[in-house]
Amino acid sequence: MADEHIKAMTADIPTPEFETTAFTTPKPLAEATVALVTTAALHHPDQDDFGGNDSGFRILDGNRRDYQMGHWSPNFDTIGFAYDINTVLPLDRLNELAEQGVIGKVADHHLAYAGNQFDLSAIRMDSGPAGAQWMKEQGVDIVLLTPV
Amino acid sequence: MSTLAHVFEAAGLATVALGSQRNQIANTAPPRGLWCDFPLGRPLGKPGDPDFQHEVLRAAFALLDATEPIFAEYHEAILDDATDVVACALPPRHDPDAHPAVDEARGLRPAYDRAVAQFGNRVGAGRVVGPDDIPAAIEAFVAIIDGTPWKDAGVPGFPARVSQDIRGYYETAILGLTDHAPSAWSGTRWFLDETEAGKVIMAARAQMKADDVKMPIWFYMAPGDR
Repeated sequence: MADEHIKAMTADIPTPEFETTAFTTPKPLAEATVALVTTAALHHPDQDDFGGNDSGFRILDGNRRDYQMGHWSPNFDTIGFAYDINTVLPLDRLNELAEQGVIGKVADHHLAYAGNQFDLSAIRMDSGPAGAQWMKEQGVDIVLLTPV
Repeated sequence: MSTLAHVFEAAGLATVALGSQRNQIANTAPPRGLWCDFPLGRPLGKPGDPDFQHEVLRAAFALLDATEPIFAEYHEAILDDATDVVACALPPRHDPDAHPAVDEARGLRPAYDRAVAQFGNRVGAGRVVGPDDIPAAIEAFVAIIDGTPWKDAGVPGFPARVSQDIRGYYETAILGLTDHAPSAWSGTRWFLDETEAGKVIMAARAQMKADDVKMPIWFYMAPGDR
């Protein structure tokens, strides 16, 4: 078993095509509020685990560290995240960048979706826009997205 | 993940998407995409290495300077050599009457508990099977190997999800037995190839395939290249 084998196996999974690419000009990073969005299906223990075709999102409290991975795919390494959450959710690194003034502020909350989706319609039409709207209401300017 | 980048950007948020799978991020073409040739599951590259993680973040945030959609490649790759296996001692046999995998899982409980106390339960048991019930879940897979149809074997949930809990229990226990960050996939190879429980999972999976059980029920009990 090897990472390259898994990548080769999943390389040809169809990807959605976007006729146009939206583009938002960001405010300067040093003035921006930055949030994380991951598709690692993270959640807190007191939140619902992700179901098999769960297209929803969970709101992650950036002041907690009790994140659990609810992803359904066996096709990625998990022990890196188990050892250091920043391998997937680099919250400590963002906090350090904020202390250095590189970024304006780290958002108080972040979002997690489940990347193990074959039908992305719900994410494109429903939970994705809802998550984006929630982020905007929290004053987020810039989002860093991380997969697993 | 890149799909979300499109959606969030359209809503007025500036995004930077990291990707580990080149085809996926290149074809979905998020507004700002950084392909990092790192093992799947490690988008920041190296656990426990803040300097490396900061370098990745620096490269990612540099894309915010672009005035139009951009796709970039991170300058350094981290490759899995496909052979590294974490060095972890397995517990000696304790109960000769128990199946070796069940005995082994019980023997790893102190290491699991140490790891959870230090790191938290991040990928370990608990999706459908808590740590107390891991030995019984393994026994259910042993029953499948012994010829019991999987629906009658007492598997306490969807087999792939139960298997994830067992793998997570073992890989979490690794962190109670080592003092460093294991390389990518080295814990999974250890579980699948060196532990009794891993062998049970793989044998039960093979038995279910031979019994013509629907593919999604057995296939996802292990990484897809197995």
